Amino acid sequence: MWPGLFLQTLITGLSIGGIYALMAVGYSLVFSVLNFSNFAHGAVIMLGAYVGLALASKLSLSFGIVLAGSIAGAGLIAVLNEKLAYSSLRRRKAPSLYLMISAMGCAVFLENLVYATIGSRFYAFPEFFGRQVISIGGSSVSLLDVGAFLFALVAILGLHLFIKRTRTGIAIRAGVSDMTMCSLMGVDLDRLIAIVFLLAGGFAGVAGVFLGIKYLVYPTMGWVTNKAYIAAVIGGLGSLPGALAGGLILGVVETFVSSYISSVMRDVFSFSLLIAFLVWRPNGLWGTDSEEKV
Amino acid sequence: MDYILSIIILACINMIAVLGLSIFTGFTGLFSLGHAAFVGVGAYTSAILTYYYYVPFPLALAAGAAAAGLVSLIIGIPTLRAKLRSDYFAIAILGFGEALRVVLENLEITNGARGLPGIDNFTTFPIVLACLALGVFFARNFLRSRWGAACIAIREDPIAAEMAGVRLFRTRLLSLVVSAVYCGLSGGLLAHFLSFIQPVMFTLVQSTQLLAAVIAGGMGSLSGPLIASFVFIGLPEALRVAQMWRLVAYGLLLVLIMVYRPQGLMGYSELSSFFKRKSNPGGRVQP
Repeated sequence: MWPGLFLQTLITGLSIGGIYALMAVGYSLVFSVLNFSNFAHGAVIMLGAYVGLALASKLSLSFGIVLAGSIAGAGLIAVLNEKLAYSSLRRRKAPSLYLMISAMGCAVFLENLVYATIGSRFYAFPEFFGRQVISIGGSSVSLLDVGAFLFALVAILGLHLFIKRTRTGIAIRAGVSDMTMCSLMGVDLDRLIAIVFLLAGGFAGVAGVFLGIKYLVYPTMGWVTNKAYIAAVIGGLGSLPGALAGGLILGVVETFVSSYISSVMRDVFSFSLLIAFLVWRPNGLWGTDSEEKV
Repeated sequence: MDYILSIIILACINMIAVLGLSIFTGFTGLFSLGHAAFVGVGAYTSAILTYYYYVPFPLALAAGAAAAGLVSLIIGIPTLRAKLRSDYFAIAILGFGEALRVVLENLEITNGARGLPGIDNFTTFPIVLACLALGVFFARNFLRSRWGAACIAIREDPIAAEMAGVRLFRTRLLSLVVSAVYCGLSGGLLAHFLSFIQPVMFTLVQSTQLLAAVIAGGMGSLSGPLIASFVFIGLPEALRVAQMWRLVAYGLLLVLIMVYRPQGLMGYSELSSFFKRKSNPGGRVQP
């Protein structure tokens, strides 16, 4: 194992981890407020990528506008998804499993709707960054990877500050600890939850564009979110710093497994990690207590 | 006529797997997004036995079902012992199913992602029908036994059930193994009917379809999921135009059921209760 390859693997891992973290943040945010696994998150990421793709290839807009459009598009889709599929369940306080099944249904519906209308073709984004490469400590890294990683860091830091410092952020945190109490204090829950989904959808849009540029855009691309669930579980479901750390850890560990052990066993490894965490450390590295209440 | 028969056979094979998942999800109250993997284990085990080792078909079927049951222990023992939250369990078994598929794609004996072609065509309509009848008979008796009553108690309230002396871990594990055996049997029949199997036939999408049938049919009913699974397989084939839109409809249906009728088509009642008055086998006391 020579140091050059080691460093290269580490950087590749971090850049993939950054995208995992972007996906995990949105997933974790919804989990922390509504306490259910939003399986539709992957479908929102996929739709965000398609929105970005349409803006980039049909209207040939610049990268900034494509990213903004995709954030707005995915955010709106996420809010709409909540209004149509979750809100009535939420109001009658249905078990979280019902919400999860509804989310699963949304994922299947949206994904196959894209299949049936747009088709199963793989699309590539136009090249925004070319093949520019930066050299860090003797190993070369593509500009996209560095950009995605830095953007993920900044965006998640921004979200963290938003939740810690602003009035809306305080309301979200109040909702996390006790929904009923929060609403008794005069917080409009419907609006609050819409904001949470808007934020989660926005992050999904960013993740979708980066995933689409790095790989390709196709109807089942949202299933990469399986990795985001794993990242969120490692970091502790419902914890934002946890989602970031979990994403980075998973990205790095996965890249090391695939380059030093076996690339086919990478996913088996990740899923085993998921099960191990759920069994022995279900609250993750940073999670709060999440026992099911009597 | 052959075509219609083959659809009926496919539907019956699917119904066996749905029957198993119904015991686990509908009557024990644990959600699984990974049961297609057990169908896969059954399919591959039985197919490899008849294909490479010329094992007689009934024996291979039994071996496939047993293998699925054994594999379910690998995931069941750690997760059920840890008493995971129900949604964590669903994610854990989802991860297990996907991992199992990756393994199937990379083994030598399964011929990898290319799949196993040319499996002998042993599955006939009478065999499938016999298996289904046996499956229904066993499931009904299981649910009326002490173990079945324990399962239903756990579904209604795990904490109260445990306080009343039901052993959570053992009962849930038994229910998981029984459901996996059903799925394994269904897989064995499927492999010897289609005579070609491939790891992508046993993914999350198939797990979702099984779950959709159980939820649409009604959690806490055996006949409901059977009807739902028959309709799910039969209707798109009959209409044919809907091939592309079948999964779109599945997804939409799941959401609509959760929003408007979470108890499913049959709720907690059985088909037979429409003919008999005041009979509510295996279900809960209705308000």
